[in-house]
Amino acid sequence: MKKFVEHQGIVAPLDRANVDTDMIIPKQFLKSIKRSGFGPNLFDELRYLDEGQPDQDCSGRPLNPDFVLNQARYQGTSILLARANFGCGSSREHAPWALEDFGIRAILAPSFADIFFNNSFKNGLLPIILTEAEIDQLFREVEAVPGYQLTIDLRNQAVIKPDGSRLPFEIDEFRKHCLLNGLDDIGLTLEHAQAIREYEAQRQQTAPWLFSN
Amino acid sequence: MAGKTLYDKLWDAHLVRANDDGSALLYIDRHLLHEVTSPQAFEGLRLAGRRPWRIEANLATPDHNVPTTERSGGVETIVDPVSRIQVKTLDENCDTFGITEFKMNDPRQGIVHVVGPEQGATLPGMTVVCGDSHTATHGAFAALAHGIGTSEVEHVLATQCLITKKMKNMLVRVDGQLGLGVTAKDVILHIIGVIGTAGGTGCAIEFGGEAIRSISMEGRMTICNMAIEAGARVGLVAADEKTIEYVKGRPYAPQGALWEKAAAAWRDLVSDEDAVFDKVVVIQGEDILPQVTWGTSPEMVAPVSALVPDPAVMSDAVQREGTERALKYMGLQPNQKITDIQLDRVFIGSCTNSRIEDLRAAAAVVKGKKVAASLKQALVVPGSGLVKAQAEAEGLDKIFIEAGMEWREPGCSMCLAMNPDKLGAGEHCASTSNRNFEGRQGFGGRTHLVSPAMAAAAAIAGHFVDVREWMQA
Repeated sequence: MKKFVEHQGIVAPLDRANVDTDMIIPKQFLKSIKRSGFGPNLFDELRYLDEGQPDQDCSGRPLNPDFVLNQARYQGTSILLARANFGCGSSREHAPWALEDFGIRAILAPSFADIFFNNSFKNGLLPIILTEAEIDQLFREVEAVPGYQLTIDLRNQAVIKPDGSRLPFEIDEFRKHCLLNGLDDIGLTLEHAQAIREYEAQRQQTAPWLFSN
Repeated sequence: MAGKTLYDKLWDAHLVRANDDGSALLYIDRHLLHEVTSPQAFEGLRLAGRRPWRIEANLATPDHNVPTTERSGGVETIVDPVSRIQVKTLDENCDTFGITEFKMNDPRQGIVHVVGPEQGATLPGMTVVCGDSHTATHGAFAALAHGIGTSEVEHVLATQCLITKKMKNMLVRVDGQLGLGVTAKDVILHIIGVIGTAGGTGCAIEFGGEAIRSISMEGRMTICNMAIEAGARVGLVAADEKTIEYVKGRPYAPQGALWEKAAAAWRDLVSDEDAVFDKVVVIQGEDILPQVTWGTSPEMVAPVSALVPDPAVMSDAVQREGTERALKYMGLQPNQKITDIQLDRVFIGSCTNSRIEDLRAAAAVVKGKKVAASLKQALVVPGSGLVKAQAEAEGLDKIFIEAGMEWREPGCSMCLAMNPDKLGAGEHCASTSNRNFEGRQGFGGRTHLVSPAMAAAAAIAGHFVDVREWMQA
């Protein structure tokens, strides 16, 4: 997994609540058996005017000029500013894969859907929860200042604004540790293989029917 | 000390290790797999030289991509090459790793959330995960069940555990009785309308109360299935005699002395009387009417007798803009009658509503009637090969076909349109599925979520009708 320590980048505002994972990456692209290559189809139905197909070259497709990521001032965006309940719906990890492949490293929102939130951390993508008021203020600043950038300092758990002011955020210690070090958690869990075996042995006594098939 | 909730009990029984930071290693009893969210996980295992920890805990079936039209020629005859590769990849991975798979033309194949309970592979008191958010379905059996991402699919394959954090406890209690024509689907849509699409975020929702107890196991599955549409990864219903009766005799269920022991243990899968919930919502069963979604989020729902809402009277700016955007996408006018919405297609199926009781309810409405001439298609897609066989044994297929509906092979089908079953741009569909997101059932498609009986009545009328009027007649 890609490490996340500190990141500075252009911020794009996606001003709608309840952005669902069907919107982030529509179903026709879930047929891939790979983990990469989803970036060109990120937000496909919002980003293009036609219906996208898997394995299609997207370079000649008609772009929706109203969609934020198509606007010149947001080219090279790596931080997405979003509204409440971002990532709701399906469990598809293709959503963080598409965001990551597009070049997004962090998403700032007042709340996230649980499964998306969880999947993001497995892919070096940092979802940050800020207050409604902080998010509202960021929307105003991003829209007012072309080329607006933020710095995210994971070690110190702060989003740093261009004027140097800091917005602190919370993150689980374990997730922070994994992101800072780019750790894959299967290896970490297998360090506890003995505990898993002991659990199974005890469970086989108390609930043997769970091991009969 | 306060008693334990059902969720607390299930959590405690599966805790392998609690970490200092609040995260925990939770043991997984049953892992269900399908073709869409597993290939990258198997690839990860292979690259790391790992083997599945406990092969017999896994059960797989292809469902999202499979065609629902004639497919006796097998996987090689799947027309879409990308879908074909995905289904073949699941077959190859299961063969390589020795995982039991109900392949496309196995009579036990079907939607993974229909197949698990049908086989008794989902048992009360289990932890059940699958790379699919509708895994919440299995919570109807007092099992701790939720969707996971592909990285977690790989983690469960490799370790039989998940790294997770305890959720909050939420109780949604539905008191009283449900009226005639009001089904489990209407109950869950009504609940989502009340608590919102993020109302259960971070929570395990236990559905309780007299009205929930009165609902069949299949109805309880419909309710738990859509917990995720209220933001909760987990939906739960306490075990009772209905639960135990439903499981008894199924292929994967324990037998003989082991059955007696298991059934005795399952009777304790209820929240203690003095358990404390972090959040409680109480709903009166009598207040629930047949529901129809009018927008692009499951919380955008109203009784069939209502009008499409008017954003002009909404004071909250985010809600107003969301409603305006939804009405524009749906091609609806504020204050339009829901019963005036004209339909192009009807879809009866999905992990929410494709079980035998759903098909019986739909067949009871269409029996002896004809689908409206204005409709382009009315599709009935059973949830599994066994549901299909049961329906055919009862003659339900003939009722649907005589009414002018299409009777298909099992799969996810038009719920998410990964196979050829999809809506055209601008088409309105009465659908028994679970999500009305933009483009979900096809690019530009407009989904209205309803119960099987409401979908069936809409197919006959060509527009929404209050199915209760037909029942009283």
